Amino acid sequence: MAKILVEIYKPFERFWHWMQALLIFFLAFTGFEIHGFYTFFGFENAVDYHNIAAYMLIILILFAIFWHFATGEWKQYIPTLSNIKAQLDYYLFGIFKNAPHPTKKTALSKLNPLQKLTYFGLKILVIPVVVTTGLLYMFYRYPTKYGVRSLNIDSLETIAILHTIGAFLLLAFIIAHLYLITTGDTVSSNLKAMLTGKEEIDDDE
Amino acid sequence: MKKILAFVVVASIIVAIIIGSLSSLDYEPTTLMKLKEKYSKKQKPKVDHSKFKELQAKFESAQEVTKACETCHNLTSAEVMESSHWNWEREEYIQGKGIVYLGKKNAINNFCIGTKGNEQSCAKCHIGLGYDEQGNIYTDSTNIDCLVCHDNSETYSKAAEKAGAPVEDLDLNLIAQSVGKPLRSNCGVCHFYGGGGNNVKHGHLESAMNEPTKEIDMHMAAEGMNLQCVDCHLTEHHEISGKLYSFASSCTNRNTCDQCHTNAPHEKDLINKHTLKVSCEACHIPIYAKENYTKLYWDWSSAGKLKNGKPYVETDSAGNQTYLSIKGNFVWGKKLKPDYVWFNGTASHYLLGDTIEEGAEDLVLNQLNGSYKDLESKIVPVKIHIAKQPYDPVNKVLIQPRLYAEKEGEGAFWKDFDWQIASKLGMEDVGLPFSGKIDFIETKMFWLVNHMVSSKEETVQCNECHTRNDSRLAGLRDFYIPGRDYSRLVDTAGSWLLLLTFLGVAGHGALRIINSRKNKEVKNG
Repeated sequence: MAKILVEIYKPFERFWHWMQALLIFFLAFTGFEIHGFYTFFGFENAVDYHNIAAYMLIILILFAIFWHFATGEWKQYIPTLSNIKAQLDYYLFGIFKNAPHPTKKTALSKLNPLQKLTYFGLKILVIPVVVTTGLLYMFYRYPTKYGVRSLNIDSLETIAILHTIGAFLLLAFIIAHLYLITTGDTVSSNLKAMLTGKEEIDDDE
Repeated sequence: MKKILAFVVVASIIVAIIIGSLSSLDYEPTTLMKLKEKYSKKQKPKVDHSKFKELQAKFESAQEVTKACETCHNLTSAEVMESSHWNWEREEYIQGKGIVYLGKKNAINNFCIGTKGNEQSCAKCHIGLGYDEQGNIYTDSTNIDCLVCHDNSETYSKAAEKAGAPVEDLDLNLIAQSVGKPLRSNCGVCHFYGGGGNNVKHGHLESAMNEPTKEIDMHMAAEGMNLQCVDCHLTEHHEISGKLYSFASSCTNRNTCDQCHTNAPHEKDLINKHTLKVSCEACHIPIYAKENYTKLYWDWSSAGKLKNGKPYVETDSAGNQTYLSIKGNFVWGKKLKPDYVWFNGTASHYLLGDTIEEGAEDLVLNQLNGSYKDLESKIVPVKIHIAKQPYDPVNKVLIQPRLYAEKEGEGAFWKDFDWQIASKLGMEDVGLPFSGKIDFIETKMFWLVNHMVSSKEETVQCNECHTRNDSRLAGLRDFYIPGRDYSRLVDTAGSWLLLLTFLGVAGHGALRIINSRKNKEVKNG
């Protein structure tokens, strides 16, 4: 079957992806320092940097949401149950036998069913939880006699623990994601695609 | 046309930025700058007392000096005689106990225990010139000791064990002509030596504060702002602001840093947010007892041992008394990190005659009230002083022993070393029953640390509290601190998740490599 070079990832998409990757790495690194796992920047700097990166990520997310809706690309993330088993079978067995990918990548459908499910989960659950708890963390009001009493949050504990859970999940995702990059047509084809935007895919027409 | 419009827009934005950035150079002076300006101008005294003819006459006694003072300051004695410095008690409200009159006169502490019956010695730090035969403070205004506070010649001195009278052979004329606003040394002569020696009680008020360096106290250092005590402890009509929570109970008339520095003095918003729950002192007094040792533990139960029938003193290598026959064993400390507690400005007190509850872990004599959820509370640094002091196990009350007497044979512990008699007489002095049984009980007192402010370079750093190991706030467990606290469950589960994910992808990858080699061999073979 003939292969053609197709633009899978638009420039904004790539920019969004790499900025997000950079910011999440940085947030995880500073975040786990704040959490007390190690000392690198020092607590005060780690907090300052973490907050700045958090604002940048939120702005980036806002742009990304806008872009996804404006272009209709959000539909790529609607999870589907069809082919999930085939995709799982592929990762568990087929991949070791050089079997072909069970789902075809096209510009209109660039995510496989497992990716759809994972990214959908990240987008509607993990990231909103991390962002919301992060904002609450920043704007956390100590129990105080001034201002609107009803806005007081009695304890930071729940917020902080949810934020930590989100961070662990994101980090686990990143580990898996970094590995799964290598499972494209060739070891580097997925990475190249995200860098150049273009990937060789089967020409069905 | 469009190009012109675009040019105009861009140009006006640039102009606006330039104007904005240049005009911002014309900044408002900060609170700190205003304060420095205000306090660098030293006030000149309004009058020269050495020129007054009333102060030229030869004074034979301190009472005569007071009379001379009153010829001009003819309404002042009434103010003084309403002050707690004179009355040694103050109206306070204690939750659960109502309004009480509490002060040196009747309070019990865990140093020299109490003044009742021991006035002859303790009243060296009373602002009167002596007691009458019944042990009452004179009601006569000529017995006010103006000089102990207002002598600026630094030569006036009160005699030991003379109930507040001055030493003899003073040049009272020189002293009277020198008077002015109280200097650090005037306040320090009593407040630095509480508990029977330099720095014994507070740990941050001591003789090194007479002429402190900037390392010891930023505000009072002579090479800095050279502030006197009364620059912060503002005084009107001889009512001095600020008070000590060994006696104080209600959150009134407190002296705070905010009164000069405001409650948002930092450049960084994140730090200013801390001031809602963290007192200034908690960060800005990283250590106390910077220069000299302070007493941390006092064991009365070992007092009374004699060598060859004589009381003795043991001293350690640093020159601190570790044992005194009259007082027992001591533990001292220097350059100490404070302890931290929540405090809302109110305290409750063990009052003379209060029943000691059965099984109380440690008896706190001045419980500082507060908690994280209490809206008025802040974290404050404290010195904790622990003592073993005598109590009556039958009546379950602390004992006020009679410690001081002029001579042996009068039953005072410091002369006769007999707890039985000293306790019996002491409890008579305070009008409480005594069962004849004596035991010793551990008691605790909290001393707020609020002097010896360090420079901003020395301030407590974020990671001294926000840390898992050895956090300064390790003792305050009623709230979550980022960096100190975590959920063990989440951390363990999260670490396993990361490890398993990593092992999973590593295993998967390894299998792929092995299989691709096999496949190649099959192809090639």
